[in-house]
Amino acid sequence: MTFATDTAPALPPKVETPFQRFVADFAESPVAVAALATFAAVLFVALAAPLISPQNPYDLRQIDIMDSRLPPGGQSLAGMTFWLGTDGQGRDMLSAMFYGLRTSLFVGAMSGMFALAIGMCVGLSAAYFGGRVDTIVMRIVDLQLSFPAILVALILLAVLGKGVDKIIIALIAVQWAYYARTVRGSALVERRREYIEAATCLGLSHKRIVFRHLLPNVMPPLIVVGTVQIAHAIALEATLSFLGIGLPVTEPSLGLLIANGFNYMLSGKYWISIFPGIALLITIVSINLVGDQLRDVLNPRLQK
Amino acid sequence: MTVFITRRLLQSCLVIFVMSLIVFFGVNVIGNPIDILINPEADQAEIERAIKALGLDRPIHEQYLVFIQRAFEGDLGRSFVFGEPALKLIMQRMPATLELALCAMLISIVLGIPLGMWAGLKPESAAGKSIMGFSILGFSLPSFWVGIMLIMIFAVMLGVLPSTGRGQTVGLFGLQVSFLTWDGLAHLLLPAVNLALFKLSLVIRLARAGTREVVLQDYVKFARAKGLSPSRIVLVHVMKNIMIPVVTILGLELGSVIAFSVVTETIFAWPGMGKLIIDSINLLDRPVIVAYLLMTVFMFITINLVVDILYSILDPRVRLQDIKG
Repeated sequence: MTFATDTAPALPPKVETPFQRFVADFAESPVAVAALATFAAVLFVALAAPLISPQNPYDLRQIDIMDSRLPPGGQSLAGMTFWLGTDGQGRDMLSAMFYGLRTSLFVGAMSGMFALAIGMCVGLSAAYFGGRVDTIVMRIVDLQLSFPAILVALILLAVLGKGVDKIIIALIAVQWAYYARTVRGSALVERRREYIEAATCLGLSHKRIVFRHLLPNVMPPLIVVGTVQIAHAIALEATLSFLGIGLPVTEPSLGLLIANGFNYMLSGKYWISIFPGIALLITIVSINLVGDQLRDVLNPRLQK
Repeated sequence: MTVFITRRLLQSCLVIFVMSLIVFFGVNVIGNPIDILINPEADQAEIERAIKALGLDRPIHEQYLVFIQRAFEGDLGRSFVFGEPALKLIMQRMPATLELALCAMLISIVLGIPLGMWAGLKPESAAGKSIMGFSILGFSLPSFWVGIMLIMIFAVMLGVLPSTGRGQTVGLFGLQVSFLTWDGLAHLLLPAVNLALFKLSLVIRLARAGTREVVLQDYVKFARAKGLSPSRIVLVHVMKNIMIPVVTILGLELGSVIAFSVVTETIFAWPGMGKLIIDSINLLDRPVIVAYLLMTVFMFITINLVVDILYSILDPRVRLQDIKG
């Protein structure tokens, strides 16, 4: 806090922007910082997959069926070492995982962003206009949230079929209601504040009030829900792909890699399934830990 | 009260109608069953005969009307793959799913309440913290991954439990159940634990939060002042009072356990409804998909309706607010 330095008048008052305070609060938990670093590493691997992978696992000229099902550390006929082994087609698991991570994160992030945008607009308008709009919208939200996410996704994928775009649509449909409810809840509180009243008195347009005044103030809880939801989306996509109703085999995510390896598991070839599983786990847990810390930092009731 | 129930009933009927439209049209318009179901080497006359037999030659809205009319008679179409009524297929597999779901619920209550209470009574102890750590893991680990791990550890590495299938079943009141034989129990254990894990984490959290609240209440202080033994206070006074929210929420969660059994059944090749729907989606066996989705939606709407009505009886504020809204 800026006022805290008043007790030491000799020193010039230390000016701390809200962002710096946020960073300082976040850094208080070493676990959260470690989780954030881990997530940054995961993100880097996903983005740079084509550059850092030992081979392109989907370029048929680079893989050799003779190298299939090699254990971790095994060497190919051409002398290349597969640090995490190879799968049934002779692909390097490490490279396949890098690409799989890319797909998983892409699906999670895309669906999260669209769901956030839709949920935010719906929630904000419900809270701002109130009355009938609010009642109808919130009925739909309640109704959807009374069904488990996996069932909603299952219905949609049974109807739509497989594909990256299809699974993104299904995940958006699953998630938007959470965002809408969160935004509406905090927007209802903010709407009664004086600054909104002042903006209304100044004769500002609805659009300006909602997007310039209301929206920035409902962002903190939205960010928290967003982090948790993206972790959920990644886990749900992996589950659906594992069940064989999510992504097509041409664009394998971590879930699909795990599913492929599952067939070899009973014969003791554990690595095809386990390593993508660990990658998935690290991703989900690190996002969740960051989300937990964000919740503590951004929650006004817990602020010192 | 009557107004409230009528409104809720109408709303539920509307939802079922809308869902039947979405599911039926979606499944029929997007997939092309002719390519999948009919032998590609068949000649034109054969293909046409098959199309007629399956009713695929009629306009889609007529197909839907016939479907709705049949649905009221309890006939949701015949499976393209098995050639049996879709509803019968689902009903045949339902006992296996219910058995799995109820076992998972039982595990989560029997383990979750004591663990949660322990964590609630000693929140700062190492045990309390590890129980909470376990519950956080249970929430964030995807359930299919846990299932794979269970198979790897107990079936592949240790070789003590079977990895797939249902094992030997025994008839009980006309249903086939597997928990009465050793073989059946051995097959049931891993899938049930897998399915229970998420709910177990939930119960631990609820029981812990409840315990922490209850131990501060006056009646607990009074019981302590009266000189009752700590075990009696915990087992009678605390436990009774945390059971109410735990049981209420678990009742609500039964539906979601059944929905999530899709994952567990696929991993452990458990012959239930969930495995049936995944197989049917992969084979594009539309009548079974439609029937399963409608059945599940119907089940959920019924559960929600019953819960809503029970709540409104218990808490009049809910129904008053609803009538105003």
